[in-house]
Amino acid sequence: MTTIVANDTSSDEKIRESAQIRQYISFNVGKELYAVEITTVREIKGWIPTTSLPNSPNYMRGVINLRGVIVPVFDLRTRFRRGKTEPGKNHVVIIVKLDERTIGILVDAVSDILTISSEEILAVPDQDVNPEYAFMEGLVAVEEKMVAIIKPKLLFDMELVPDMDTEIEPEAEVA
Amino acid sequence: MSDPMEQFKVVFFEECSELLVNLEEGLMLLQRGENDGETMNAVFRAVHSIKGGAGAFGFDALVGFAHIQETLLDEMRSNAIEIKPEYIDVLLQAFDILSELVGAAQREDAVDKNYGAEAAQAMKKIMETSGTVEVKTEQVSVDEEPQNIKTRHFNISFKPFEELYQRANEPILLIRELNDLGELDVELNTSDMPDITEMDAELAYFSWKFVLITEFGEDAIEEVFEFVEGDCELIITEEIAATTEITTAETDPDAVRQGAQKTAVAKTSGGETVVSQSIRVELDKVDRLVNMVGELVITQAMLREQGSQLLVEQYPNLVQGIEELSRHIRDLQESVMAIRAQPVKSVFSRMPRLVRELTASLDKKARLVMTGEETEVDKTVTERIGDPLMHMIRNSVDHGLESPTDRLDAGKEEEGTIHLSAFHRGGRIFIEIEDDGAGINREVVLKKAIENGLVSPDATLSDEEINNLIFLPGFSTAESVTNVSGRGVGMDVVRKNIQSLGGRISISSKSGKGSKFTMSLPLTLAVMDGMVVEIGGEKFVLPLVNIIQTLRPTPKEINSLPDGRNLMMFRDEYIFLVPLYDVFDVEDAITNPCEGLVVVVEGDGGMLMGFIVDDLVNQQQVVIKSLETNYELIEGVSGATILGNGRVSLIIDIATVQEMVSRQYAEPQKYVTETETPSSRNSSLAQTSMEVH
Amino acid sequence: MSRTALTIDDSKTMRDMVAFTLKNAGFEVTEAENGQLGLDQINGSSFDVIITDINMPVMDGIEFTREARKRAEARTTPILILTTESGASLKNEGRTAGATGWIVKPFNPEKLLQVVEKVCG
Repeated sequence: MTTIVANDTSSDEKIRESAQIRQYISFNVGKELYAVEITTVREIKGWIPTTSLPNSPNYMRGVINLRGVIVPVFDLRTRFRRGKTEPGKNHVVIIVKLDERTIGILVDAVSDILTISSEEILAVPDQDVNPEYAFMEGLVAVEEKMVAIIKPKLLFDMELVPDMDTEIEPEAEVA
Repeated sequence: MSDPMEQFKVVFFEECSELLVNLEEGLMLLQRGENDGETMNAVFRAVHSIKGGAGAFGFDALVGFAHIQETLLDEMRSNAIEIKPEYIDVLLQAFDILSELVGAAQREDAVDKNYGAEAAQAMKKIMETSGTVEVKTEQVSVDEEPQNIKTRHFNISFKPFEELYQRANEPILLIRELNDLGELDVELNTSDMPDITEMDAELAYFSWKFVLITEFGEDAIEEVFEFVEGDCELIITEEIAATTEITTAETDPDAVRQGAQKTAVAKTSGGETVVSQSIRVELDKVDRLVNMVGELVITQAMLREQGSQLLVEQYPNLVQGIEELSRHIRDLQESVMAIRAQPVKSVFSRMPRLVRELTASLDKKARLVMTGEETEVDKTVTERIGDPLMHMIRNSVDHGLESPTDRLDAGKEEEGTIHLSAFHRGGRIFIEIEDDGAGINREVVLKKAIENGLVSPDATLSDEEINNLIFLPGFSTAESVTNVSGRGVGMDVVRKNIQSLGGRISISSKSGKGSKFTMSLPLTLAVMDGMVVEIGGEKFVLPLVNIIQTLRPTPKEINSLPDGRNLMMFRDEYIFLVPLYDVFDVEDAITNPCEGLVVVVEGDGGMLMGFIVDDLVNQQQVVIKSLETNYELIEGVSGATILGNGRVSLIIDIATVQEMVSRQYAEPQKYVTETETPSSRNSSLAQTSMEVH
Repeated sequence: MSRTALTIDDSKTMRDMVAFTLKNAGFEVTEAENGQLGLDQINGSSFDVIITDINMPVMDGIEFTREARKRAEARTTPILILTTESGASLKNEGRTAGATGWIVKPFNPEKLLQVVEKVCG
């Protein structure tokens, strides 16, 4: 899949400039649909129990063994302040690569592979005034449903979001 | 087989590092006025050998500099130049430059032409003012082959003296060599030979006359007789024919030399194998091997777990095979780890210079004694121990040692001693830094800690606890920050660095007698022996090396303090019980030590603590994996490992757990505020840690 | 029977290079770290050629040469001294002690062989 994208972009410079076509993997958390760019996704795994780490943010579900490498798993639902996912057999962990790091994102289910032109991506309305939503790259409508394209790095890179814990905790407790 | 020249280079650089250490030691002896004659010779020889080897590999910058140094040292050892302290200082500077040049040659770095010019000038000046030799830049000797196209005609008369034979020269060989130059006509003259009864075997009676038609010049003939010059009568005359001689006047010496070297290399590389001293392997390859062995250890643990469930009677050979495999894997792992081992010498050797610089800038006198430099540690340790070590040495000279006058007043030698040592003990590496200075001034330390809000004013602390305050973040002992120690790095950073290597650091100090810092480091950073324990359904790994004993106490052995801590009687002393379920925020754990188990562990400074756990699982080797690769450092945890069932398990870092716990209780005020707020069980620890950082 | 050589040098680099070069030329090479150990080596066995450094601890090359010449085993053995000094004084000292010839460092293997061939044929 990625090869096709690469061919498209390199064969026609003009199209690439005017409209970038990329592929995304969409998934859902509850009824909401989200998507990440397919090139960042390493693999999709069924849920396996994690080993929890002490003194970590509540959306940090612990670590798993991914072929000898320790990979942290984050709960996207908790990150969006919608409570904690009670994972079962059908839940999946999307393994994504953020620069040097590899992390897992716990979601309810993978939904689809989308091919989206950059022209179709719409801006998030209040992103300028609400830096909280910086992690959203944009919105796209697919079959009359809204899909939010996210940038996992801005959600889970601990260096970029050092005080996430303190920001989230109060509301999480309310929820 | 690789290029022999490359192998010689490896040997050469290994040798250089030894020579540099000898050189420095010698110079320091000389600086202290301890010259027994042999010291000066050893110093000279070290430079001489470096220069000799460097010349063979064409490290011109190194040769040039070493030559000046060598010339000066030669003058000094022959007493043509007096050995003055200020001259030794110059030589020490030159030593630093020589070390750099060796390093540059090894790294194949280009060297700036003027590098070391100042030191070279200083050395030359010593020689000039002492009115001795004028230093010429050494000419690389080149055999310029006269390119004479026309043949020439020489008459040679050769009469050996007896000395020629005494020095084992052989006229027949010389004649053969002459013959190689062209067309040779030989006439033997035996007229001097006495009657056979009078002959003395030790004397020379023969002489020769040669006629040589050759394309070579007179110097080629002289070269044949080079070694017998003075041991014979030699007359060379040329019959000039009426032809014009065309001699190519100048040959490019470099070109000639390079040409010669090229053929030399070509010739040597094809030959028989030389005994190989060492091979060079990319670190990546070694690490891949280490990782593979790590995976093997995990698989083996998994197999053993399965094996224990098998009926031994049913598959005895299989179970036995697995046991055997485990042993082999352990051996394999040790061998692989040994590949990464390096002597600490490479780090220690940086310290004498540091001490020298420090004593000079602080007006102190100190002697650095090093032992155990050959002790081997993992490469990562040698790479990362340098800075902490330098900081501690700096600390010892700056804060530990008194000024010379204070020392004399205290009835000590004017010169302080810092002893840096490394040794193996009980499967770990120990590095100690001991000084004979004033010791830690506990009054000042305590006062400082109270001022900085690290300790409550009414706290009563043992001497040991006060000593350990210097490792707390935000503590700086320097009453006035000197430019030596005040580089913004505290002992807390030193401790962090050591801990990141899986090490521990402790301090002992006697007032007026000195202080000793002891670091203990694991032999390998990749695998360790661990005890797997269970806490509330989660499995954790405790480093076996820290475990003293495991026991289940009876209720009457447990006592509670008003602040909520529990004490347990162990070997006639009270030790604190540490609720690990609380530290690591584990639910459904056994909280009553009398129902679970207490693992007695030794923390920093030999302090014993009792860790409360549900149960012991087993003892096994674990492969240490980093949490930081994909996440971040977790306090109280030194890393993670993968157990036989494929699950991740956290490795408990006893020293940081000790730190977390003592921080919680060493700050009574903070502790009070924490307990007043209703919060989850773990937060008192977690929040306290955040406030401190 | 292969020819034999003794190389005496406190520098392992140098010893290795000399030994390697001579082995390639068909010599059987014995190594010694200083003059004293070199003398021990010639005790009872004679070599076809001896190559010694000058500056060494315990016993230097000059002293070694002088002592070696007193031994029957080495009286007629060509002794070559290795010297970085191209100046005449050390060569003369060596010659006075009984050295057959010298090799000026830095040398390349070819030069070494050339000199060795020169003195021992």
